[in-house]
Amino acid sequence: MNETSARPSSPADEVFDDNVAWRHTRGGRWLLIFQLATITCILALSALTFNIVNSAFGLVAMQNEVDPDSLAVDGVDLEDLEKDALIEVLRDNVRAGLFRALDSRGPLNDRSRDELLVVILEDVVKPRAAATYPLVDSLLARAAIESEVAEKFPTAELEFRSWITPRFVTGSQSGIAEITGVRTAILGSIWTILITILVAFPLGVGAALYLEEYADHDRLFNRFIQTNINNLAGVPSIIYGMLGLAIFVRALEPLTSGAMFQSAVAAANVSANGRTVLSAGLTLALLILPLIIINSQEAVRAVPSSLRQAGLGLGATKWQTIWSLVLPGAMPGIMTGAILAVSRAIGETAPIVVIGASTVIFQDPTGPFSKFTTLPIQIYQWTSRPQPEFRNIAAAAIIVLLVLLLSLNASAVLLRNRFTVRY
Amino acid sequence: MTIEAQAPPKASANSDGAPVQNETSAPVDGQVADTQTSMVLEARGVNVYYSDFKAIEDCNLSIVRNQITALIGPSGCGKSTMLRAFNRMNDLVPTCHLDGQILYHGQDIYSPKVDPVAIRRRIGMVFQKPNPFPKSIYDNVVWGAKVNGYKGDLNELAERSLRQAVLWDEVKDLLDTSGLSLSGGQQQRLCIARTLAVKPDVILMDEPCSALDPLATLRIEELMQDLKGEYTIVIVTHNMQQAARASDFTAFFNMGESRQGYLVEYGRTDDLFTNPKNSMTEDYITGRFG
Amino acid sequence: MTVQSEVGRGGGLSSSHDLPLDLRKRRHLFETLVEGGMFASGIISILTTFGIVYVLGTQALLFFQSSGVTLAQFFGGIEWQPRIGKFGVWPLINSTLMVTTIGMLVALPMGLCVAIYLSEYASPKMRNILKPVLEVLAGIPTIVYGYFALTFMTPLLRLIFGDSVVQIYNTASAGIVIGILIIPLVASMSEDSLHAVPDGLRQAAFGLGATRLETALRIVFPAALSGISAAVIVAMSRAIGETMIVAIAAGAGPNFTFNPFQSAETMTGHIVRISGGDLSYDSLDYNSLFAIGLLLFVITFTLNIISGRIIARFREVYD
Repeated sequence: MNETSARPSSPADEVFDDNVAWRHTRGGRWLLIFQLATITCILALSALTFNIVNSAFGLVAMQNEVDPDSLAVDGVDLEDLEKDALIEVLRDNVRAGLFRALDSRGPLNDRSRDELLVVILEDVVKPRAAATYPLVDSLLARAAIESEVAEKFPTAELEFRSWITPRFVTGSQSGIAEITGVRTAILGSIWTILITILVAFPLGVGAALYLEEYADHDRLFNRFIQTNINNLAGVPSIIYGMLGLAIFVRALEPLTSGAMFQSAVAAANVSANGRTVLSAGLTLALLILPLIIINSQEAVRAVPSSLRQAGLGLGATKWQTIWSLVLPGAMPGIMTGAILAVSRAIGETAPIVVIGASTVIFQDPTGPFSKFTTLPIQIYQWTSRPQPEFRNIAAAAIIVLLVLLLSLNASAVLLRNRFTVRY
Repeated sequence: MTIEAQAPPKASANSDGAPVQNETSAPVDGQVADTQTSMVLEARGVNVYYSDFKAIEDCNLSIVRNQITALIGPSGCGKSTMLRAFNRMNDLVPTCHLDGQILYHGQDIYSPKVDPVAIRRRIGMVFQKPNPFPKSIYDNVVWGAKVNGYKGDLNELAERSLRQAVLWDEVKDLLDTSGLSLSGGQQQRLCIARTLAVKPDVILMDEPCSALDPLATLRIEELMQDLKGEYTIVIVTHNMQQAARASDFTAFFNMGESRQGYLVEYGRTDDLFTNPKNSMTEDYITGRFG
Repeated sequence: MTVQSEVGRGGGLSSSHDLPLDLRKRRHLFETLVEGGMFASGIISILTTFGIVYVLGTQALLFFQSSGVTLAQFFGGIEWQPRIGKFGVWPLINSTLMVTTIGMLVALPMGLCVAIYLSEYASPKMRNILKPVLEVLAGIPTIVYGYFALTFMTPLLRLIFGDSVVQIYNTASAGIVIGILIIPLVASMSEDSLHAVPDGLRQAAFGLGATRLETALRIVFPAALSGISAAVIVAMSRAIGETMIVAIAAGAGPNFTFNPFQSAETMTGHIVRISGGDLSYDSLDYNSLFAIGLLLFVITFTLNIISGRIIARFREVYD
C-alpha cells in the first residue's frame, strides 16, 4: 500500500477519525501513571528504611543520676572492676532493701560480670535520655539542638548515639531503654524457630511428597487435602495464635510446660503454665506448614518424570526412586521455600502475643520449656511505649530483625542459584 | 495406596487355564511357530485402557529369546503402550489398566502376587530421550545395582557395563563427571550401560534413537547387535529402515476406527518386509501412509 | 531395603537367565511405613483446620451461652463493652471494614498499575530491578509496618491535616500502611495472570492498530480479569486479618465511628490487646475473643475459598 503518501491516502481512511496522535498522548499519560505507581512503591520502601535509620541513630541528651566516674574504686574504672568489687559497689550505693531484693531475684554471686554491670547501671548510675533527636535533625540542625539542650537540661551531656551497638545486640534484657539489650529476645526467637523448623520441615516435605508422588488426585479426599492446604495458607496468623493458645498452651499444658518431663533441663526452668518456647514453636510450625508444603510441591513437581521412570525401570522401589533421585533434585527448591517460610515465622508477632509470650523476661531461654520473648514481641512492646527513647530502641531492634531476615533471604537466593540441578 | 500396588483384574477368557495355544483362532496372531520353546515374553489377549479409551485391543504377541523384536506402526498406534505393558511401566499412569495376560517365562506378570519392582529389574527399559540421572557417570551406572542390593564389586560392574555399552573407552577418565555432560548419543549409551548393570533378561527400548544424530544412531544399532547374544531386545521404532536393518522380528501395529491400536502382522523381519501378508502392512512399509 | 531379600539366595545380583524365577511380591514394610508417614503429614493440615473450627466453635459457644449474651445483641449492637455487658460486635467490624477499605483504596490502583507496568511495559532489566523491590516489601514483617505507621504515616497525616483533626491513633494511618503492605500481593498475583494471557491476543490487537495502552487495558486486562479478581479477594482477606499494624497504629478501645482520623480498634487489634494482657481462662473476656476469632475466620476463609474457585476456573480456561 502507499504508506508514504500524504493523508488521506485511501478512501477507507475517511470513515475513521484521525485520532492516532491523541491516542498516543493518552497512552503516554497512562504510562506516566503506571510509572508513578511503581516509583511510589520504591519510595515507600525507601521511606520505611529511612524512618528506621532516622530513629536508630541521633543525638541524645544523657543525664546520669550518679556519675559512673565517682564509682571507680582505687582508680579502676567501673567497667574494668572484678565481680566481687562490683557487688561491693552495688552494696554501697543502693538501699539495703533493694540489695536484698536484687539478691533474692537471682543470687548476685551467681550472676555474670556483665549482668552485674547492667544491674549497677540500672539501679545506681541510672542514665536517662532527657531528650532524643532523630538522625536528620541531628545532622542538619545540630546547633539548634545544642542550644535547646543547654537551656532545658543544663546537666545533660549531648552525645551522638547509635542505638544499635554490639552491646545492644549481645546485652541482656532490661526494663530501661538506655541500657537494654536484645540477646534474650534473639535467643527466644532462635529457640522458637528451631522447634518450628524441626516440626514443620519434615511434616511439610512429607505432605508434599505424599501429594505429589503417592496421592491419586482423582480421589476426592486427596483433592480435599490439597484445597484445604491452599486455604490454610490464607488464614490470618492471629487465628493460629488462638489455636495455639487453646491447644498447646492450655490443652497440652502438661506437655508444653514440661511438667510431664521431670528432666534436669525442665526442672531448672519449669514455668507454671504452657506459655513456653515449645508452644510458640509448634504454633508457628502449623502456621508455616502450608507454605512449606506448597513450595515443596512445586519443587518436587519440577523434577522431570523421566528420572522417576528411569529409576523405576531399573527395578528400584518407589521410595528408593524418591529418596535418591527425586529428593536430591527437588532439595534446592525445597530449601529455598523453607527458608522463606522460616523468615515469615521469625517476623510473626500476632500469634505469639496471643499465646502469651511474656514480655517482662530478663532471663535467657534455656530450652523448649522456658518462658521467653522474641524480637518482634520486643519491637511491639517498645513501639507501644509512650517514651521516645523506646521508639529508638524499637528501631534498633527492627534493624537487628531485618538484618537477620535479609541474610536468610540472601542465603535462599544463593541456594537457588548455586545448587539448582539442570536437566 | 500406591498406583503400582494392584494389578487390574483379569477378564481374559483363557486366563485361568493352562497355557492355551490358540494360534488358529485369530487371523493375525503373534505366535511364531518355530520358536515356541524359547519365548521370553508372551502377550495373550491384551487390552490396555486409559480410563475409557482403549489404546490396545486384543494383542497376542510373543517375544523370542536373544532376538531383536521391533514394534513399528504409525504414531498413536499404541506400540509404546504395548512396550511399557511388558514391564508394567504403565502402572505409573493412574488411569491405565490392562486385561489379558502377559507371561514372562510362563508367569503372568499382572498377577496380583507379582511385584512390579521385581519385574522391572529383569525387564529393563531405555527411553526415547536420554535421561541420565544428575549424578556422576559412575553413579549413573551403579545406581540401579546398588538399590537392588548388588553385593559384587561395583567398580568391576561399572567397567563391565560401560564396556558392554561400548562407552568405556570414551568415559574411563571421566567417571566422576556428570552424566549430563556427555553428548546425546553417549548419554543414551550411558542409559543402556545403566540398564545392563542390573543384569536384566530383556531390554525394552522406546525409540532410543529418535533424539540422536545418524552416527550416534548407527552406534546404538551396532550395540544392539552386540547385546542380543546375551539379552532379548524389544525396540519401538518410528523408522522402518531401522526395523529392517536391526531387527530379527517385526510386529506391525495400526490404529483402528476408534483409534484403538491393534497388531496387524507379526513375523520374521525378512519375511514381513519382503512378503507382507496384509495389505496395510504393505502400504505402510512402502510408505503409502504413516 | 526389602528388595535385598532376593539377593540373599543368589549371592550377588542373580543373573536373570538363571531360573527358577521368583517374582513374588515382597512385603515392603519400610515402603508402607514411609507412605503411611507421608499420608499422616498430609492429614495434619486437615487436623489443623478441624482444630481451628473446633477451638473457635466451642469457645464461642461458651460465650454465647453466657448470661446476658445473645446472638442478636452480638450482631446488632454497636457497643462493645464486656465489662458492662455490652457485646455488640459492630464497632470492631466497622473499623475492620474501614481499615480494609482504605487499604484496598491504596493497594488496588497502585498494585494494578504496577502489575500492568511490569507485565506490559517494563523491559526485562526494569523487571529485574522491580521484582526484588516487591519481594523485599512482601518479606518485611508486619510489625515493622506497624512501627512505620505509627512513627511515619501518622505524623505525616497530622502534618497534612493538622494535629487537631488527626488523632495519634487512627484508622487512616493503619489503613494506608496496610495498603502498602498488600501492594506486592496484588501486584505479583495480578502480574502472573496478565502474564498468562496468550501473546497471540496482544499481537492480534496490535495488528488491528491498537496502541499499547489500548491493548493492555482493553484486551489483556479483561482477559486476565478472573485472576486479578482472585488477587483482589486474597488481598482483602489479608487486609481483614492483618493484626500488628492495627494493633500498633489504629488505637486501643472499640469505637463506633466512620471518621478515619479517629482511633478505633479492629477485630484483630482487639484480640491481640486483650490476649496480650492478663487474661484468665474461661472468663467472659476470654471466650468473647474466640467469638470474634470465629467471625474473622469465617470471613477470611470464605474469601479464600471464593478466590480459590476463581483461580481454579481460570486455570481451566488457559490450559
